[in-house]
Amino acid sequence: MSIDKKTVERIAHLARIELDDIEKDKLGKDLSAILKFVGKLNEVDTKNVEPMTGGTALENVLRDDKQIDKDLQGKSAELIGAAPEKKDGWVKVKAVFE
Amino acid sequence: MNLNELTIKQASDGLRKKQFSVKELVSDCLLAIKEKDRDIHSYLKVFEDALADARKADEMLAERSKQPLLFGIPLAIKDNILISGQKCTAGSKILENYTASYDASVIRKLKNHGAIFLGKTNLDEFAMGSSTENSAFGPSKNPHDLSRVPGGSSGGSAAAVAADLCLGALGSDTGGSIRQPASFCGVVGLKPTYGSVSRHGLIAMASSLDQIGPMTKTVEDAAMIFEAIAGDDDFDSTASKIERGKNEFEVPENLRGWKIGVPKEYFISGLDERVEKIVKSVVAKLEKAGAEIKEISLPHSEYALPTYYIVVPSEVSANLARFDGIRYGYREESGRDLFEVYSKSRAEGFGSEVKRRIMLGTYALSAGYYDAYYLKAQKVRRLIREDFERAFEKVDIIVGPTTPTPAFKFGERGDDPLKMYLADIYTVAVNLAGVPAISMPTGWVEEGGKKLPIGLQLISKWFEEKKLLGAAAAAEKVIK
Repeated sequence: MSIDKKTVERIAHLARIELDDIEKDKLGKDLSAILKFVGKLNEVDTKNVEPMTGGTALENVLRDDKQIDKDLQGKSAELIGAAPEKKDGWVKVKAVFE
Repeated sequence: MNLNELTIKQASDGLRKKQFSVKELVSDCLLAIKEKDRDIHSYLKVFEDALADARKADEMLAERSKQPLLFGIPLAIKDNILISGQKCTAGSKILENYTASYDASVIRKLKNHGAIFLGKTNLDEFAMGSSTENSAFGPSKNPHDLSRVPGGSSGGSAAAVAADLCLGALGSDTGGSIRQPASFCGVVGLKPTYGSVSRHGLIAMASSLDQIGPMTKTVEDAAMIFEAIAGDDDFDSTASKIERGKNEFEVPENLRGWKIGVPKEYFISGLDERVEKIVKSVVAKLEKAGAEIKEISLPHSEYALPTYYIVVPSEVSANLARFDGIRYGYREESGRDLFEVYSKSRAEGFGSEVKRRIMLGTYALSAGYYDAYYLKAQKVRRLIREDFERAFEKVDIIVGPTTPTPAFKFGERGDDPLKMYLADIYTVAVNLAGVPAISMPTGWVEEGGKKLPIGLQLISKWFEEKKLLGAAAAAEKVIK
């Protein structure tokens, strides 16, 4: 599987990462090489094999819908403070609609 | 002997017998860091107030001699684990100025057990790498040979333990990030069963594989830290509630009755002859100590790396979507609209390996490719797990090399991601299957006038850490 420049640009758009031309070239080559490497998985017969999702055999871990985390109690100013741009206790973002 | 050279067990006994104070112990560590870490660069941040914590601990000890398990023990913490009020960078420029607002559950547990934190250790950016060369803040060096990498991603923690710049450390392991650097630096590193230790407050890389674990000078020390951090947690629903019983550490007298499996797939081309020789001689010693050695097969071994390099980037691309230049971390100011704020902040904030994995994962999960890559990899992952299930019907412990070679030189593998990935060929299957494994020092090879450590990996069944640590401690005795 070879990844051309157009595909690199499409993925970069989906991933929200701006790339320069040198990076696009390098990533096209790297991703093609890695995909060729993982293509080895096609040798494995996986008919009737259930996919393994997650790392455990646990199912539906439930708890009461109550607040249990007190670590962040009273820390709203600190959490907002971590944002690069804020105003009057709110996180500031660029306009969503043009 | 300086106090920083003690094991956790020795220091713990010494403190209780009042042979020295916590302050003296912590001072010796801080002094050693000052002397040696300019060359090694294992720490990203050293906590100067560790001395104040030590003084407080000494007052507590004066009042009451009975104290918790890790009382007064100075530890180093990998910088992807949150400590409230301290910076946590994950080795990335995007989090260079991020301060944690809460303690990771493992930190809360270590505090409850009386541990003292010396600082935060270096890592490959977001724990992606096998050498610390991907750290945005410069690599750490291998204390045994400064021209070589300490391994990664927990390379800072491994180097700090190896150079006696702490008594023990926490690392995290997604595909070998505790065991591979432990092997390269000649220390002990335990990757617990997935679900043994809470991941709450660990900056996520691949959530179905990540696990926090101890890095120490001895197997017994690893058992002590594991005892302190293991167990369920309200904040991580995958942290298992299973009854683990008393985890008390015991060294078996001999290995009579133990069945030890040696996978034939682990002794293939690519394995350094010297490593092979050392591992085989240890296996012979284990047999002499009473163990029954069996050749076993893990037939899907060769598919572990390709599976890993689909599962991990896919989970990475989802987990790292949160770094958007809006809520925390680095923001590139020149973005004109929302899209550009995202794409420019991420372009500037992330390093090349992180970008590579996000791109690969985004591709593998994108419309039209999901079945061919992610779903296929998840199915092969099931087969890899089943290999271990079948193997553990026949044996108690599986042994083999931790890494195919000793520590490599800086720059040797930097340009070729696939070459770098091969450093993890024996470790990734363990994370995919979820089983626990430990790497321990087992011998040395000489290269360029320097002695380089070689690691032995032991693997056990899910949630059988007690047995695993016992077997490792027995092996430790046999190797000596």
